[in-house]
Amino acid sequence: MNLSYYPGCTLKTKAKNLEDSAVASMAALGVNLVELPRWNCCGTVYSFAEDEELHQLAPVRNLIRVKEVESNKVVTICSFCYNTLKRANLLITNDPEKRNTLNTFMEEEIDYNGEVEVVHLLEVLRDEVGWQSISQKVQLPLKGLKVAPYYGCTLLRPQAVAIDNVERPTIMHDLLQALGAEVVDFPFATECCGSYQILSNPDFVSHCVWDILSSALRWGAEAVALSCPMCDFNLGQKQKELRQTHSGFKGIPILYFTQLLALSLGLDPEVCRFELNYVDPRPLLESKGLLRQ
Amino acid sequence: MRVEISTKRIYSDFVKKVEEINGQTLPPCYQCGKCSAGCPMSFAMELLPNQIIRLVQLGLEEDIAKSNTIWICASCITCSLRCPRGVDLARVMEALRLITMRKNIDHVKISEIPQETIAELPQLAMVGGFRKLTA
Amino acid sequence: MERIGVFLCHCKLIPPIDTGRVFEAIGNKPGVVYAADYEEMCMAPGLERVKEAIKDEKLDGVVLTSCSPALYEETFRHIVTSAGLEGYQMVVAELKGQDGAKEATQRAIEAIESALERLRMSRPTVSSRVPITKRALVIGGGIAGIQASLDIADAGYEVILVEKTPSIGGRMIQLSETFPTLDCPQCIETPKMTDTGQHPNIKILAYSEVEGVSGNIGKFKVKIRRKAAYVDWDKCNGCGICQERCATKALAEFQQYLDLPGKIAHRKAIYIPFAQAVPMRPVIDREHCRYFTKGKCGLCEMACPVGAIDFSQQDSFVEIEVGAIIVATGFDLMPKSEIAEFEEDPDIIDGLEFERLLCPAGPTAGKVIRPSDGREPKEVVFISCCGSRDPEHGVPYCSRVCCMYLVKHALLYKHAVPDGQAYIFYMDIRTTGKGYEEFIQRAVEEDKVLYLRGRVSKVFRDGDKIKVWGSDTLTGKRVEIACDLAVLGMAMLPSEGSKELAVKLSIATDEYGFMTELHPKLCPLESTVPGIYLAGCCQGPKDIPDAVAQGGGAASKLLSLFSQDEVILEEAAVS
Ligand SMILES: Cc1cc2nc3c(=O)[nH]c(=O)nc-3n(C[C@H](O)[C@H](O)[C@H](O)COP(=O)(O)OP(=O)(O)OC[C@H]3O[C@@H](n4cnc5c(N)ncnc54)[C@H](O)[C@@H]3O)c2cc1C
Ligand code: SF4
Ligand code: SF4
Repeated sequence: MNLSYYPGCTLKTKAKNLEDSAVASMAALGVNLVELPRWNCCGTVYSFAEDEELHQLAPVRNLIRVKEVESNKVVTICSFCYNTLKRANLLITNDPEKRNTLNTFMEEEIDYNGEVEVVHLLEVLRDEVGWQSISQKVQLPLKGLKVAPYYGCTLLRPQAVAIDNVERPTIMHDLLQALGAEVVDFPFATECCGSYQILSNPDFVSHCVWDILSSALRWGAEAVALSCPMCDFNLGQKQKELRQTHSGFKGIPILYFTQLLALSLGLDPEVCRFELNYVDPRPLLESKGLLRQ
Repeated sequence: MRVEISTKRIYSDFVKKVEEINGQTLPPCYQCGKCSAGCPMSFAMELLPNQIIRLVQLGLEEDIAKSNTIWICASCITCSLRCPRGVDLARVMEALRLITMRKNIDHVKISEIPQETIAELPQLAMVGGFRKLTA
Repeated sequence: MERIGVFLCHCKLIPPIDTGRVFEAIGNKPGVVYAADYEEMCMAPGLERVKEAIKDEKLDGVVLTSCSPALYEETFRHIVTSAGLEGYQMVVAELKGQDGAKEATQRAIEAIESALERLRMSRPTVSSRVPITKRALVIGGGIAGIQASLDIADAGYEVILVEKTPSIGGRMIQLSETFPTLDCPQCIETPKMTDTGQHPNIKILAYSEVEGVSGNIGKFKVKIRRKAAYVDWDKCNGCGICQERCATKALAEFQQYLDLPGKIAHRKAIYIPFAQAVPMRPVIDREHCRYFTKGKCGLCEMACPVGAIDFSQQDSFVEIEVGAIIVATGFDLMPKSEIAEFEEDPDIIDGLEFERLLCPAGPTAGKVIRPSDGREPKEVVFISCCGSRDPEHGVPYCSRVCCMYLVKHALLYKHAVPDGQAYIFYMDIRTTGKGYEEFIQRAVEEDKVLYLRGRVSKVFRDGDKIKVWGSDTLTGKRVEIACDLAVLGMAMLPSEGSKELAVKLSIATDEYGFMTELHPKLCPLESTVPGIYLAGCCQGPKDIPDAVAQGGGAASKLLSLFSQDEVILEEAAVS
């Protein structure tokens, strides 16, 4: 199966580990992620303002790219890209007036009327591949690995774009379960990591990150799984500082769910590019016999 | 000092502007405080999200401007999701930021961000931050 | 009809209407020869004008307008008939709403047009006199239904009381003590239950439900399903040996399915729901009974001294004829799982579960414990408005009793655990009943209950504690309480099956399933069908004093009907 795929900026740079492990895993599951031609930055954060149509141009242009390749669905892997594209798409579908303005403004482009469906990779795994067929393809079950799935904000909020139950999501739980991991449910799975505040208020982000990680640890997690490069940066990179401010905190690896997927499908660990993770997960994975030394 | 409440204030251009940008009216808020109770950033806010709404209801623009709240908001939408009255508070926060930023006032100065931070941050943090916090 | 008159009312209850536009729009409708407007058409001078116009203009049909047709139809009918017309020659159109003048005018035109249409279709009626069957049906044996049954029976009429669970008593008998006077239901409701059970004029059909209803006021035919109890209740003497012998345990309805350490709140697969049950008769729960699940057991059968166990019993049906019906089917609580941002945990419970923990006759004998580990909770958080007043995720209305029962809980908890602390999150404290405000003041002053003004956004387990994230808007602080037990004041909903029952009875419900009264102010006891009355929480959330008052009120409405021998029914004549 071929699916149009929108990578977004971060996956091409800091989050190469997310992209490579995702593309390789999907291929192993029989899904060919075909990168869109001429894609541009989605704008990262969706604009909430009623009077700022121009901010919607970036995401909508990407949807037009999808329409041009005659595809009716686009897969995103970065949670932020998912959120921005999905919401821009909803705006186009639900607001004829704004749709008109945008189409008129982009006169060089073909008209776009919401023909494309925006989905997140987790949805593809759930709805198109299926947990059962994933678990059948698992070569190396993540037995004994205690992983806490962390969803953050953008996969779930607002309600209209939620890929699962907004308050009690299970989609990543289900995936990790299919991979044989021991899933750790913890109360901070949908709490915000501080997001872009890392730019102007990094100390506040430390506070959020500590709340999340310490809760995951209290519930017995050895690693956290997620899908968002922003959360990955905040939860991972902040640990250096937290080790100093919180005595006894030894750190906890943060992994993209796609890295765990690739590993358990028996792919070459090279595709996981663990060297890019902010907290090296290799010692933990080795200790569980999931990675050869 | 007593704060004067009058129709001039509660129907001021400021209130109209907020409603216009965020696309909803604000009287439905009944000040239950649920937004503040769940806000992940409220620990750092000088005024709680529900107080911000209240100040908009009363048209007290200066008090909002004096507090750090709108610049601390991380647009996580937890407040909007749980508000019993359907107030999309995350949108209100954005409207209030825009009202300031459209006066060409940036909240973060790109020039003041250390070079190593810029090198370290993933693209989406940079772009996202600039879009939410600069004009 | 050839000569139709339209009478437009515009009083303060009706939004401003452009009468000129209305007259213009309806003036050329077929048959309309006269139109007039008047302020307060429903008052004597207005009515007099209608009467005169009918005579002077020789009208043979009239459309009247009113803010509440249900309320004024009778009055209008008197006037119209006194002017020589018959009932079928009049239609009342409703003018209501809060729109601006433009919408209101348009709506008035549409309402009148549709009334004209109905008038055109209207045919002479024949009235028949129907003798009233002086027997009443009461559906639902909570305190409202019990009160209604006793009042009717005491007045000398036969009552059939249908209750869907194995015993009457309703929610009240599950309560620990009742606000504001803290008397226990075992002391004040049990005597009424016993009286009901022993009253020569009352026949209780417990473990039964209404299957179908036909007929009209004065003579309803009702089919009732008697669910199989697998016990012959006529033979059974209520000794209870069966439930002693039964070896299969299950979570108990009466204990709100509380799962307590040592299964102390469980019941057996054959059970009498509680010690004061009326009737004192057991039922077998097929889903757990080993005879039904495993195909063999029969311990109860062997133990029963009178041979009452009957595994082959089937549902049976009885048909009765009654002259009037009172619906008193009460309420259920919204399930806790509806509040998705609160975790599901044994130590996060709802108000009825807490009642069972507080109840001296309950599974813990009134000792307050945590369901998870049986320990005494030292800090308890009570949360108001869970699902209520939340149009986005729950119901928009106020459930009316939670403010009071949560403070009652806090106070009773303090009496049970004197070194404990109770916190109550609230938005507004609504205590309008007699003695209620004083009750709250006492709890705050004497029992040091701490009120925090704000809604709660998240409740979750953190190790041994339950964490509650709320806010105190009075100080502008967000607060966190690590407590041992959290009690949710869940919204009151109409009891399960209310909508289906309402359909069988042809009575109206609101969008939540509460039975609609004929008029929100002036006819709170009548349903939308003549001869069917409403009592208790089936009509809307209320406390015991109000439920009892409404039960008594519905009974007296019914008795005033029974004081006549026949009713006049009007039916369209077959031409
Ligand atoms: C936690 C809690 C604490 C409370 N504490 C107090 C207090 O201290 N003081 C106070 O004044 N009030 C209190 N209340 C309110 C009180 O419970 C109600 O006012 C009262 O129970 C209403 O009585 P009812 O007869 O209308 O309904 P219910 O008590 O609900 O009785 C209805 C009956 O109808 C039966 N039924 C339902 N559907 C059918 C059907 N289709 N066919 C046949 N039968 C049916 C039910 O089984 C039930 O027996 C409390 C409520 C709660 C939730
Ligand atoms: S949650 Fe909604 S209603 Fe409550 S204070 Fe916040 S904005 Fe107002
Ligand atoms: S959107 Fe902003 S104000 Fe609302 S909960 Fe998130 S951080 Fe707080």
